[in-house]
Amino acid sequence: MSANAPPIRLGDAAVVREEIVRGQWSLFWRRFRRHRLAVVSSVFLAFIFIVAALAPVIAPYDPNKTDLQLARFGQPASPSLAHPMGSDQVGRDLLSRVIYGARVSLVVGFLATGVAITVGTVLGSIAGYFGRGVDMLIMRVADVLLAFPPLLFLMAALISVRPTIVSIALVIAVIGWMNVARLVRGEFLVLREREYTEAARAIGASPPSIIFRELLPNAMGPVIVAASLGIPATILTESTLSFLGFGLQPPTASWGNMLQNAFSLMRDYNAWWMGLFPGLMIALTVLSFNFLGDGLRDALDPRSRAE
Amino acid sequence: MTAFIIRRLLWMIPLLLGVSVICFGMLKRAPGDQVTVLLAQSRASGEVLTTQDREDLQRLYGLDRPVYVQYYDWLKLTAQGNLGYSTRMRQPVTEVIGSRLWNTLKLTGVALVLTLTIALPLGVLSAVRQYSKLDYSLTLFNFIGISIPQFWLGLMLVYLFAVHLGWFPTTGMRNPQTEPGMWNALSDQLRHMVLPVVSITIVGIAGYMRFQRASMLEVIRQDYIRTARAKGLSENKVIFKHAWRNALMPIITLLGYVFVILVEGSVVIENIFSWPGLGQLAVTSLQQRDYPVMMGIVLLSATLILLGTLLSDIIYAIVDPRVRYD
Repeated sequence: MSANAPPIRLGDAAVVREEIVRGQWSLFWRRFRRHRLAVVSSVFLAFIFIVAALAPVIAPYDPNKTDLQLARFGQPASPSLAHPMGSDQVGRDLLSRVIYGARVSLVVGFLATGVAITVGTVLGSIAGYFGRGVDMLIMRVADVLLAFPPLLFLMAALISVRPTIVSIALVIAVIGWMNVARLVRGEFLVLREREYTEAARAIGASPPSIIFRELLPNAMGPVIVAASLGIPATILTESTLSFLGFGLQPPTASWGNMLQNAFSLMRDYNAWWMGLFPGLMIALTVLSFNFLGDGLRDALDPRSRAE
Repeated sequence: MTAFIIRRLLWMIPLLLGVSVICFGMLKRAPGDQVTVLLAQSRASGEVLTTQDREDLQRLYGLDRPVYVQYYDWLKLTAQGNLGYSTRMRQPVTEVIGSRLWNTLKLTGVALVLTLTIALPLGVLSAVRQYSKLDYSLTLFNFIGISIPQFWLGLMLVYLFAVHLGWFPTTGMRNPQTEPGMWNALSDQLRHMVLPVVSITIVGIAGYMRFQRASMLEVIRQDYIRTARAKGLSENKVIFKHAWRNALMPIITLLGYVFVILVEGSVVIENIFSWPGLGQLAVTSLQQRDYPVMMGIVLLSATLILLGTLLSDIIYAIVDPRVRYD
C-alpha cells in the first residue's frame, strides 16, 4: 500500500481488498520501472507483437511472391529503398518474410510454454498432493523424458508428425513440462504439511478446492519465473529446429528456415543480409524476453535481487 | 554408498527402455523407411523396380511385421551388444557411431575445457565485485550470450572469418591436400576447429558464468567467510581458498546437464561446419531414414546423460560430507 493512502473504515472488507490489490500493483509497477532494460524490452516486444498481428497490413509485399526480375539468375538482391532487407534467391522480399516470421516465433513461444506450464502444474499438483502411486507414475514418466536429449527427441518427433505451428508447439511442450512439474511437486510436499492446509482439510474442503485455493496460489512464484524463462528458450528451440530443416517447411517463412536458406547463399553470393536480419530479430526478441523476465522477477520477488 | 550406486545403475535400465520405446515408436510412425530411400536411390541410378522388389526388401529388413515385433527384435539384439546395421553406410551401427563419437568428443571436449576455464573465474570476479561496472558488463554479456541462437553465431562467424576474411576454412575437419607430416596434420585440424569451438564456447560461457556468480554470492555471505576475514586472512586467500572451493560444488550438479548441452551443441555446430561427428550423423540418419543409427545415437546420449547425473551425485556426496545417500 502506498504511504499516503486514505484511512480505511473498519469492516469495509471490499474496500480493503481493492486497496491492497491496487497497492500491490503500484508497488509492482514502481519496482518494475526501475529495471530500465526491462521497460525498453517491453516496448520493443509490444512493437513486435503489433507488427506480427498486423502482418498482412504492414508487410510491403506478399511474403511468398517471387520476383525473378529482382533476383536475376538466382542472385539475391542486396538491401535497397524498395527492399530494406534485400531479397532472397527467388526475389522474395525479406522484410515481409521477417514480419511474417515473427508470427511463427511468437505463437510457438507462447503456445508451447503455455501448454508446458499448464501440464507441468497440473501433473506436479496431482503428484505432490496425492503422493503414492500417482506420484510414482508421473515422476517416472518425467524421469524417462528427462533422460531423452531434448533436441534429438524433437527432431525424431517432427519427422513422425507433420510440422505445423501447433504440432511444433505441442512436441516442444511434451519434452518441456517436467521441470515445472518437479518444481510444483516440491512446493506441494512442503505446503501440504502447513497448518492452513490442515485447517482446510479439517473443515471438509475437497482435494480440488485445497489444491486450487490453498496450495497453488502459494506455489505459483517459481512457476511464473519458469514461464518467463520458457518463452525465450522456446523461441530459440523453434528457430534451431527450423534451421536444421525439421521445423516449418518452406515456403512458409520462419526466422529459422530463412537462416537455413541463407546458409549456402551467404557463401556463394556474399548475401550477408539474408543471414543478418532474421538472426538479429531472433536475438533481439529473445534478449527482450530475457530482460523482461529478469524485470518481472525483481518486481515480483524482491528477495531474488540478492542472487 | 555402493548400494546406492548399484540401485541407481539398475534403475537406468527401465529408464533407457522407456527412452528406446518412445524413440522407436516415433521413428516407425514417420512416413517412409529404409526401403523407400534405397528404392529412390536405385531409381535415381536408372534401375527399374517393381512392387515385388519393394516387398522383398521390406521382408528382408523385417519391416513387414508388426511394430512391437520389430521392437522386440531390436531389443534382443541390443541386449547382446549388437545395434544392428546402418542401412545407409552398410556398416555395423556400433562402428559408425564409434568413429563419429571420437570426432564429437574432440570438438566438444576442447570447447568444454575452454568454457569452464573462462567462465568460472569470470563468475567469481563478477560476484566478488557485485554491482561494479565489471559486474554489469559481464551480466550484459551473459544476457546476450543466452539470447543469441548458437547456429546464428556459427553462421555469422563462418561468413566473417572464413568467407570474408579467409582466415579459417569454412567447413570440414581436415584438408585432404595438406602436406604429409604429423605437425601439418595437427595444425590443419586445429585451424578447422577454431570457429566451431569458439561458437560453442561463447554461448557456453554465458550460462556457467551466471551459475558460478550466483553460487559464489551465496557463499561469500556465509558466517565462515566472515570468520576467515575476521581472523585476518588475506582477501585472496578468503576468496580462492575458502569461498571458491565451496562455490564450486553447485557446478558439480550441472554434470548431467553438461551432456545434454554437448549433444545439443554438437547437433547444431557440426551441421554448420560439416564436422563429421554424432550430431551431424543424427540429422543425416533422420533425413535418410537410417533408423538403426538414430536408435543407437539416442541410446548412447541418454546413457551419457544418466551416467553424468549419477556421477555428479556421487562426487557431490564425496566432496560434501553433509550429503548422505542410503
